[in-house]
Parts: sequence; structure tokens; C-alpha cells
Amino acid sequence: MQTLFDALSLGSLYALGALGIALIFGVMRLVNFAHGDVISFSIFALLWPSTDAVAIVFAGELPWFLLIPFVLAMGAGLSVLSEIIVFRRFRRANPATMMIASFALGFVIRYFLLMLFSSRPKSISLLPALSQPVEILGARIPLLQVITIVATIAILFALTAFLKRTRFGLEMRAAAENFTMARMLGVRANRVIMGAFALSGALAAAIGLILAAQTGTVDIQMGASVMLMAFIATVIGGLGSLPGAVLAGFLLGAASVVMQTVLPIDARPFRDAFVYGAVILVLIFRPQGLIAARGTKERV
Amino acid sequence: MSLLALSNLTIRYGRLTAVRNVTFTLTEGEILFITGPNGAGKSSLLRAIAGVTPPAGGRIDFAGQDITGRAPEDIARMGLSMVPEGREVFGSLTIEENLLVGTGMHAATRNWRSRAATELEAVYATFPILKDRRHSQAGLLSGGQQQMLVIGRALMTNSRLIAIDEPSLGLAPNITDQVYERLIALRAHRALTLLIVEQSSTRAQLVGGRMILMRGGEVLLDGDARAMGQSEAMQAAYFGYGEH
Repeated sequence: MQTLFDALSLGSLYALGALGIALIFGVMRLVNFAHGDVISFSIFALLWPSTDAVAIVFAGELPWFLLIPFVLAMGAGLSVLSEIIVFRRFRRANPATMMIASFALGFVIRYFLLMLFSSRPKSISLLPALSQPVEILGARIPLLQVITIVATIAILFALTAFLKRTRFGLEMRAAAENFTMARMLGVRANRVIMGAFALSGALAAAIGLILAAQTGTVDIQMGASVMLMAFIATVIGGLGSLPGAVLAGFLLGAASVVMQTVLPIDARPFRDAFVYGAVILVLIFRPQGLIAARGTKERV
Repeated sequence: MSLLALSNLTIRYGRLTAVRNVTFTLTEGEILFITGPNGAGKSSLLRAIAGVTPPAGGRIDFAGQDITGRAPEDIARMGLSMVPEGREVFGSLTIEENLLVGTGMHAATRNWRSRAATELEAVYATFPILKDRRHSQAGLLSGGQQQMLVIGRALMTNSRLIAIDEPSLGLAPNITDQVYERLIALRAHRALTLLIVEQSSTRAQLVGGRMILMRGGEVLLDGDARAMGQSEAMQAAYFGYGEH
């Protein structure tokens, strides 16, 4: 039972991360490696600049119904800003160039945080009420884990409804499949791309919130490890495929947690090697990903 | 009044010149075929008109405005609709969603929703097969049905000019007949201007109207399709004897 919840909550993080990457990849064929740093940034936005070990919270004292929108807005804002300032200039560049630009942007954000906050991890207590355990079917599960899973499912449903039921969602799906054709039907490229960046940034911020609340610490590297796994999830899910990204995110989370429990003690430190080994196997047998996306052919 | 005017349009891909100094005008309500062998620059010309490929030189005017170098969505919003080669349906979207993508450009106008619904019914009346399958994925349609879908999708934008690249590509002759039948009917019904690219000139001679014959990126002939008929210049354009 405990394992199941561990797997689901870790999988939730990866799924949300993968979704954020897949959304942007879908509309502009950009693998945004700055995504992880958006995760870190949105949480650090809650703190006053300082190099102390204990975070000086400035916006973190807000009640949760203000805190959550604040963090989401920070993530979305930074993400949209990065589109306007950086990625817009690379719109016609090839995907490799855009990817390098995203690495550069990631470093800029990370070193900006480093300058203001130093590289020391800080302890932070966000939403402390959530760390109490609840009893579910005889297992004691941290409330936060339950909320993480429920929130992820809610986000997935909301996002699906948004994409399927709204005008903007329709335009985004059309653009993700064939950007040029969508534009020839009057779909505004900038609007769709900015929408994708805003959504992606808000998803990154949600991950930041969950991570900070779960671990009780923040540090400027915190987004990077999630980003790596999330990126792998988008690849094995089929680059650009949103359902694939979510599925692969949960699978990766499950694989990590299951390996942690079933591997012999001596092998556990090498858990990630086993997880990546499984990734390689998946890619050998399904190089197009679990759910191949349509329209991944080169944009013209 | 001229709806579309190209003057000295030149398109280059790197060092390759695909279209060289092409000049012509298209009058409102006219039907114009652009024909010519492979590599004549027909598709490049359409892509430049739609704003996808920025031209290297020359100028394009649509409805009295200079649209050279404008973004594809701006050009589409001015009333120039494009049906590109290879049909390009949104395969994962349903047929109805495909049709609705292009109505967003009117979202700022009043009661666009009810207008879109009216347009939708009009397209369904023209292509009943689309209505029967409106909630199935567009990628599952046959080639002929996809061709009807993309033409329907272009009509939904309520455009003044529709440019179609090779509507007969990959279709059985009787299906091509159907597609053309609908196009001609629609043109009469809505006062549409049509710009149709076809590799073969047979269709142009069958339908009638004006025809421009291109070869090697240049306009060779411009005139009445039927009159051009079996002229020697046309033979030369396709089979390469004569000036070459």
C-alpha cells in the first residue's frame, strides 16, 4: 500500500514535468531544458534574497488559496517571459539551436538564483498541516502524498477538458499537429505558443510547490533531477504526445519505487542504472515512444 | 477589380531559384489554373502567396494591400485560404474539429458562433459524407474524403480566395470529378475566386477558365485554357522540345 502511494506520488511529479515539456515540444519542437530551473525559480520567488540556511519567507506566509496561485503565476510568468525574450528569436532556427538556447537560459536562471540565494539548501516549511499522516486501508500515508496524487489527477482532467472543450485548446491541438497548416487557417502563432509556455510554467510551479512541501528544503538544483526524469518520460512517451508523457511519467515513478523495494540491498544504490536500463529496453522495442505523436515530422 | 496581384515574384531556396519574376493578376470571381511539369515552381508560388515561404524579391498584393512577407495567419485572416499539397488534415482531431479550426479568426466579430454553426451546416450540405462521420478522427478518412474535408475547412474560413494545390493528387478519377463538381458549384454559389494548381492541364481544359503554364520557375503561357489546347508551345513546355 505504502509502495503504491510512493509510486503514484513520484509518478505524479514526473508526469507533471513531462507534460510541461511535451506541451512546448508539441507546438514548437523545442525541448526546453530550462524547465527544471523554472521549477526552482517559482519556489524561490517565495523567499527574500539571502544566503542563510533558513529561508526568509516573504510570500510563503500567505494562506494556501493565495499561495498556490502566486507560485503558479510566478512559474507561468517566467515561462512566458522566456518565450518573449529568448525563444521568439529562435522561432525559425533548427531544433538543436533552440535546445542549446534553452540550456543557456536554464543556466542564466540558475545562476541568478545562485547569486541571490547561494547554493546552500534552505529549510522551508510550506503548508506544514499537510505533513500529518492519514490512515488508508491500514497504511499510514502522509496527507501530502494523497493531495499530490489527487491534485495531479485533477490537473490532468482540467487540462484534458481545456484542450478538448475550449477554442484555445482546439487551436493548440491543431498547432501541435501541424503548425504551418494551423497558421494558414488563421491561428495566431504567438498566442498559441505563449499559451503553451504559460501552461508549462504553471505545471513547473506546481512541481516546485509539491517538492518543497514534501522535502521541506529548497535548493537551486531541485528542479534539475525532476527535469531529467521528466524529459526521459516525454521521450519514452513519444515526444509531443501528451497522454504518452503522462503515462510514461507514472511508469517511471513506479519503476523507480518498485526497484527500490525489490532490488537486493547491495544493488539499491544503483537503482537509477536499472531504471535507465529499462528505459533503453523500451526505446529499443518502441523507438517512436509508447504513444507516437502525430505530426512529429519536421516542421516546414 | 484585381483581387490578387503578383509582380516580379522571385523565390529562392538557398542558391536554387524556384520561381523567377512571375507577374500576373487574378480578378475577383475568376478561376485560374496554374499548370506545368514537376519542378515548375507552382507549389512554391502558392506557399509564397500564403506567407509560408518569404519571397526573395517582388511583391504580392491581396485585396488592395501589400501582403509580401506578412505572417500566414495575417494573410488567412484577410480572406485568403490555402489548401496545401498533400491535404494536411489534422489527423488526431475529429472532422468537426478540423472544420472549426479556421473559424477562430472571426472570434472577435459578433455572433461568430452562430455564424460558424451556419457555415458548418453549409459545408455538411455540400459534403454529406463529412456529416455522417463528423465525430470520427480525420486521420481515418479515405483520400477523397480528406480532400473534401480540407476544401470544407477552407470554406469555413469564409474566404474570398481559395488556393488549392493539386486537388486531384492521389485520387481516383471519378473522385476527382466529384471534388471538381463541388468546387465549381461552390464558386458559382459564393462568388469565390479560385486558384488551382494542377500538374496536368487536362482538368483545366475540361473545366475551362484561365490557365497559366509554368516551367522552370517562369510563366510560359497565360490565356484561356481551352484555346491553349494542343498548342505547340504547350507541348514544348511538357515534353521539352522546342526552345530547350
